[in-house]
Amino acid sequence: MALLAEHGTDAMLMAGGTDLLPNIKHRVATPEHVVSIRDLPELQGFEVSEHGATLGAGTRLSRLEHDPQIRRVYPALAESASLISVPQVRAVGTLGGNICLDTRCNYYNQSYEWRQAIGFCMKRDSPICRVAPGGDRCWAVASADTVPVLIALRADVEVVSGHQERVLPLEAIYQDDGLEPTTLTFGEIVQGIKIPPPHGYVTVYQKFRLRQSFDFPLVGIAVSIRSDISGIVAEARIVMTAVASYPERAEPAERLLVGAPLTEESILAAGNAVFRQAKPMDNTAGTIFHRKRMARILVERALRRIAQLPETMQRVS
Amino acid sequence: MSTDITEEPTGQAGDRPPGRRSFSVVGKRSRKYDWHAKLTGQAKYADDLSLPRMIYGRLLRSPHPHARLLRIDTRKAGALPGVFAILTGQDLPTKYGILPSSQDENALAIERVRYMGEPVAAVAAIDEWTAEEACRAIEVLYEPLPPVMSIDEALADETPKIHDWTRDRNIQKEVLLEFGDLEAGFAEADYIFEDEYFFEGNTHVPMENHAVVADWAANGHVTVWSSTQTPHYLHRELAKVLELPPSRIRVIVPPVGGGFGGKSEAFSHEIVAPVLSRLSGHPVKICLSREEVFYCHRGRHPVKMWIRTGVKGDGTITAMDFSSTLDGGAYGSYGIATTYYTGALNTLPYEVPRYRFRGRRVFTNKPPCGPKRGHGTVQPRFAIEAHLDRVAENLGLDPAAMRGHILVKPNTWTINHLRVTSCGLGDAIEAVIERSDWTRKHGRMRHGQGIGLACSVYLSGAGLPIYWNPMPHSGAQIKIDRGGGVTVYCGTSDIGQDSDSMLACVVAEELGVDLDAIHLVTGDTSLAPVDLGSYSSRVTFMAGNAARQAAAQLRARLMDVAAETLEVPTDRLAAAGGIIFDRQDTARQLPFDEAARLAEARFGTLGAVGSYTPPRLAGPYKGSGVGPSPAYSFTCAAAEVEVDTETGELRVRKIWVAHDLGRALNPTVCEGQIEGGVYMGWAEATIEEQVFRKGLHKQPSLLEYKIPAAQDTPDIDTVMIESDDPEGPFGAKEVGQGPLAPVIPAVTNAVYDAIGIRLTSTPITPDKILHVLEARRKRASAAV
Ligand SMILES: Cc1cc2nc3c(=O)[nH]c(=O)nc-3n(C[C@H](O)[C@H](O)[C@H](O)COP(=O)(O)OP(=O)(O)OC[C@H]3O[C@@H](n4cnc5c(N)ncnc54)[C@H](O)[C@@H]3O)c2cc1C
Ligand code: SF4
Repeated sequence: MALLAEHGTDAMLMAGGTDLLPNIKHRVATPEHVVSIRDLPELQGFEVSEHGATLGAGTRLSRLEHDPQIRRVYPALAESASLISVPQVRAVGTLGGNICLDTRCNYYNQSYEWRQAIGFCMKRDSPICRVAPGGDRCWAVASADTVPVLIALRADVEVVSGHQERVLPLEAIYQDDGLEPTTLTFGEIVQGIKIPPPHGYVTVYQKFRLRQSFDFPLVGIAVSIRSDISGIVAEARIVMTAVASYPERAEPAERLLVGAPLTEESILAAGNAVFRQAKPMDNTAGTIFHRKRMARILVERALRRIAQLPETMQRVS
Repeated sequence: MSTDITEEPTGQAGDRPPGRRSFSVVGKRSRKYDWHAKLTGQAKYADDLSLPRMIYGRLLRSPHPHARLLRIDTRKAGALPGVFAILTGQDLPTKYGILPSSQDENALAIERVRYMGEPVAAVAAIDEWTAEEACRAIEVLYEPLPPVMSIDEALADETPKIHDWTRDRNIQKEVLLEFGDLEAGFAEADYIFEDEYFFEGNTHVPMENHAVVADWAANGHVTVWSSTQTPHYLHRELAKVLELPPSRIRVIVPPVGGGFGGKSEAFSHEIVAPVLSRLSGHPVKICLSREEVFYCHRGRHPVKMWIRTGVKGDGTITAMDFSSTLDGGAYGSYGIATTYYTGALNTLPYEVPRYRFRGRRVFTNKPPCGPKRGHGTVQPRFAIEAHLDRVAENLGLDPAAMRGHILVKPNTWTINHLRVTSCGLGDAIEAVIERSDWTRKHGRMRHGQGIGLACSVYLSGAGLPIYWNPMPHSGAQIKIDRGGGVTVYCGTSDIGQDSDSMLACVVAEELGVDLDAIHLVTGDTSLAPVDLGSYSSRVTFMAGNAARQAAAQLRARLMDVAAETLEVPTDRLAAAGGIIFDRQDTARQLPFDEAARLAEARFGTLGAVGSYTPPRLAGPYKGSGVGPSPAYSFTCAAAEVEVDTETGELRVRKIWVAHDLGRALNPTVCEGQIEGGVYMGWAEATIEEQVFRKGLHKQPSLLEYKIPAAQDTPDIDTVMIESDDPEGPFGAKEVGQGPLAPVIPAVTNAVYDAIGIRLTSTPITPDKILHVLEARRKRASAAV
């Protein structure tokens, strides 16, 4: 904290550095000082049981992936962590870094020379967005894999600054702005997250990427459903990653599901709603055409898994 | 006997010395020559080299795909502390290029830049950081010109010319070759098929980025350590551009972390490094970043293809008409050869009695394309094999059986004058059919699953060198010391394909010693005789034969003294495992080192040279220099796939491959080469693409240029077919490139078997699959 105060906005926090260091190499992050918070004792909390979890921001992704308690109580969280990049990155990358991951764009995650050649972009060094040059905003993509799952699990985030501490729903720190993806102010540190008990909820994460390792999600969908004893959906959360500048709730689809049992029809309806809502831009790998369709298919597959229906429906013959 | 000897009843074939009955090293699994250094991290790649007082170089590259270069001001950069030297285009005015007919590049651009990433200036500084800062401080004034980014744009009527000298739009070269009466061939056909295909460009992605260290010594001797596949050609081009007598230049190749064709010609960094060294008086190192490697490129050309084939009802081809248009990028590179290669091998591996080929290469404002594994033959092979799959289906024939039926025969000539010697493709097809359970699967799997098959052919070395000369293509020198140690000197560049072990294996076999006795001096233009380089799959065949020829002379001397000492006629002697012995009475033995001492006493210092020049095979027509090879390898591959018809995702579950490599000198290494080729082909079929957006390479990084990872890689079932080539060293042909080509059409054909739609462009992405499935669904519902 003192270091941050001393160096002001010349300093940046670094946990595992797996996001920050590539950004420094590309000169999209140019801190004069880097303050390592990876080993701060305050960020190392780790308690998991049926009654909920408190996870420090310093928790390594590999621990989320492998910890037997997480795998038992919050399997979707373990799954989402296991789908991040490669084992080497998971061994150093942290939960806090994943929560605060910079938004991504293939006009932005490029070397200085490359960005210079295209004339830079709004997110760094120019007033113009290369994806939507007419517009006045940045469409860089929220690309974290654990975040949609944590939001689906209704997690809260603990944010500290100096002696202040605030706890708010994780969802509330994100905003639809590729330039400033979180509302955290300078000097605020994510200390950890709190996840309520999983009881009654079934949560599933589905990720699409072109290779089975390395790749950031081109679409990621977390779905969490609580049904009453008669099988009627009482609560539904659907959170999309990699199709917008923030982890986007698929509220129209959620509303369609609540109040009825999960059936082929309701699943297809939810899929359609997600298809209509998801508006990926042409700034990641893959194509808009395909990613939009993947959003629908992933949400359908997640719901089918929850409803214990067969994995796929043969749409095409 | 310490070494196990496999008895083999052959003996007299080809150039095999009479009486040779068995192999002691050839065909045995052994480790790579440098396995220990590579496994323990001790191998010193170019980037690991460090010389006293060494400084670092860096290239400033053009941010524009196409622009006039109006002015470069290096004063600010030169004034920065830690900057030793700066070069711009005017300092190196001599143009160069790998082909004598395409001398069109400058080490640093002069007047015009033609692709984003083209070097315009070079800096040497105390460290890489300072060199980078200095590059940013160089002020360059450009006048941007409209870029030409595709074949269509290059051929548009109003297209801006990239090179002023092209006569017709941006066409660099047009070729037309015609063999036999095409009209008559089509008239004879029962059916005629016509298709169009597009092969997307992709790049090599060697593990090691290009790197060079250069030292211009005070005595005027220039030493260049470079990760290159072609030290001899680099040597020549350095002499040309630096305007130095070649006798003052020495090129050394440290271990190279892969090339795949991407390190087969001189690059800017290799040329500027010695000049920066001269100017600064320090050794200079330049390591390219991964992004810069994407700009060096020289990878697979994007190619548009059209094919028309006349066939009989049984699949017999009566005529083939093939045309290709290559997107060459900004410069010539190997492109004219590539253009010919898109036509030259299409008369194999099936009998094509009449053939026409029209090819052309256009310039675009992209990094130059060049040779990548399978050089220029991979794109047409994709087209032909996908086309033949459709032919077979329409004729109601099994595509595997049809191919088996129309194969070329061994010891024949093709219509375009290619000489075929050994050919084990029939066996390869049978092996793949059997092991993949083809007959039970093809056309019989459930919707979404399928199997496809394809064949291919490749050279065992180009029959002609890149610059015309009557000298050997490969030379080797061997010396035997008094302790029985054997040192082989050969200018080969081991780029990971293991040419070093190949030399050791051939020499050890010929002399009858263990591999441990062999020492190698390779990849050094001063210490070793010329080998033209690691390209066109030529090294085993050519350097192997050269080394064997040298070894055979020494063997004869050793056998002479052994015969005398053991009192046995020479033709009864054999040598293996470091022992010369009487085959009839194996207890009569003379250790190799003792024989060496006796021979040295008798003949003087034990040394011999050998060389290899391919037979003159080129046909009597212009353009016949591309295609001939002393021997061809043949491959058959089948791929089994699963298509998720909801997501469009394609999983290749297993690939079966059978490759006729003549003889597996070291089966482990050969299998590695085959698997590597299969992996690369499958990657090109399904995911890799080098694409551009707004004049820029869209994804010059390993995160976004997708090469598949281990998890994605299918099972590979490898069979080696030994057709025992009469001219190859111990019967060996090539294995490094051929196995790639059939995989791409095999996957394409399997996708057709799975979903009933033929995809005609690479790579087959989930996006493309979903598009065609949706289009079909729409058509179906419109029809209702
Ligand atoms: C090749 C590669 C592939 C990747 N693939 C994926 C992927 O598929 N999915 C995915 O989600 N991620 C991926 N990542 C990104 C990254 O590895 C992970 O998101 C990781 O969790 C980031 O954690 P870190 O500790 O390394 O973050 P850092 O790089 O240390 O930090 C990231 C950002 O968060 C800030 N920060 C870190 N901790 C805190 C904190 N406690 N409070 C406030 N701010 C903080 C930093 O200042 C920085 O701006 C990939 C990275 C690489 C290099
Ligand atoms: S969306 Fe636009 S502004 Fe944002 S990073 Fe991409 S190009 Fe830049």
